[in-house]
Amino acid sequence: MTNATTNLLYSKEHEWVLQLEGNRVRIGISAYAQEELGDIVFVENPEEDDEVTANELMGSIESVKAVSELYSPVSGVVVQVNEELEDAPEMINEQPYDAGWLVEVELSDPEELESLLSEEEYQAFLKEGEE
Amino acid sequence: MSTEAVLKRTPLFEVYKNYGAKVIDFGGWELPVQFSGIIEEHEAVRQEAGLFDVSHMGEIVVEGKDAESFIDSLVTNDVTKIDINQCQYTAMCYPDGGTIDDFLVYKLADEKYLLVVNAANIEKDYEWIEQHAKGEVTLKNISSDVAQVAIQGPKAESILQKLTEKDLTGIGLFRFAEHVNLDGVKDVLVSRTGYTGEDGFELYLAADDAKALWEKLLQVGEEDGLKPCGLGARDTLRFEARLALYGQELTKEISPLEAGIGFAVKTNKESDFIGKSSLLNQKEEGLKRKLVGVEVTGRGIPRHGYKVFSEEGEEIGFITSGTRSPSLKKNLGLAIISMEHAKAETPLKVEIRKKLIDAVVVKTPFYKRG
Repeated sequence: MTNATTNLLYSKEHEWVLQLEGNRVRIGISAYAQEELGDIVFVENPEEDDEVTANELMGSIESVKAVSELYSPVSGVVVQVNEELEDAPEMINEQPYDAGWLVEVELSDPEELESLLSEEEYQAFLKEGEE
Repeated sequence: MSTEAVLKRTPLFEVYKNYGAKVIDFGGWELPVQFSGIIEEHEAVRQEAGLFDVSHMGEIVVEGKDAESFIDSLVTNDVTKIDINQCQYTAMCYPDGGTIDDFLVYKLADEKYLLVVNAANIEKDYEWIEQHAKGEVTLKNISSDVAQVAIQGPKAESILQKLTEKDLTGIGLFRFAEHVNLDGVKDVLVSRTGYTGEDGFELYLAADDAKALWEKLLQVGEEDGLKPCGLGARDTLRFEARLALYGQELTKEISPLEAGIGFAVKTNKESDFIGKSSLLNQKEEGLKRKLVGVEVTGRGIPRHGYKVFSEEGEEIGFITSGTRSPSLKKNLGLAIISMEHAKAETPLKVEIRKKLIDAVVVKTPFYKRG
């Protein structure tokens, strides 16, 4: 499994956010999240040009066993969707930080990034949950 | 994860972690949903073999001179037709034909039967049986003394055979042998039954012996690809084989006829069993709805409780179980729908997250072993 890179930000809903050029970010789910979900067999992403809002529903991910809702960690407009996941949703299990990314969003409120967790804070948040 | 209620554990709980189990709350039981992964475990059972801890299942012994006629008055199948060392799948119904539970009846002796019931229904079943007891019968709930391990898959027999001199080929489908010695684990009831659509055995033994047997089986089965399997794979396997799950295909609102287990309903048997007249009525008037297979051809996976609509947009039923089928790689569901839409190839819609997605009625079982 690929290790998380240090420049990622995280939400408490277990999504990661990677800042690309300008106000563009890439979003995926964390290694912890894919591990918890188990074999992922279906992804319903928002579509290109859809608006997403921080902490609101943007899609869903289904494992063999259950449906999990996806909450957007940021607000903005979807500019790209990982179409590969339509035929190969298992990429999220295999490479959650690489080929298993979900969408790219042009931020409408870049300041929202400040409320996300750093890698260190996210790891601490996970530890808390275990106790 | 912290939970308020204390979860029940099987005698095998302690060994789960040695095999990488992910444990969940399953109806008040702390059980493994998976070990290596649901799809991998599913494939193991279809191709080779898998080992399941199903010790949460309930066991009720009914004994006495009138045991046979008493059981026959409670269940839909004809228990008088089975011999000693034979078992039978059956349902137990309310007077209105709704289902209390579905289970196996083992004939241990002329006046002694073992009922193997669903974990979530143990108390409900026991109370129902006790309330209706008649004649010379005694009841005993031995659920916590008995462990159950299931070994399932095309290689199940050859793996299990390594542990015993008893010739397993002599145990036919829905037959069993008692007091089998499995490499020093004595007194095992070995039954050629299962819940996966594959050949295999269900093994009943003293709770204290469960760990030893589990470890022995995984040891001798390793070279044949035997894998520990969780409830996740058990569910996808039974689903593909269209084996009913109580709480989904069968409920107090769904009769065994509607759920497609009419083969276990003998309305022509002599006993005036509970629910007989309602079930007879359903047969004579014709069912209004029945269980069908549904394939979602649009994008989406059908899930328990999703609504089903006709092409014209009329609500016609609901999904009882659904998943992405690991063997068929299709998004499939079982659904109870009105009779007029139940023919294979009828186009339908399934409501998935407020959208109506294209689907079609397909034949079941989805999977049949070759």
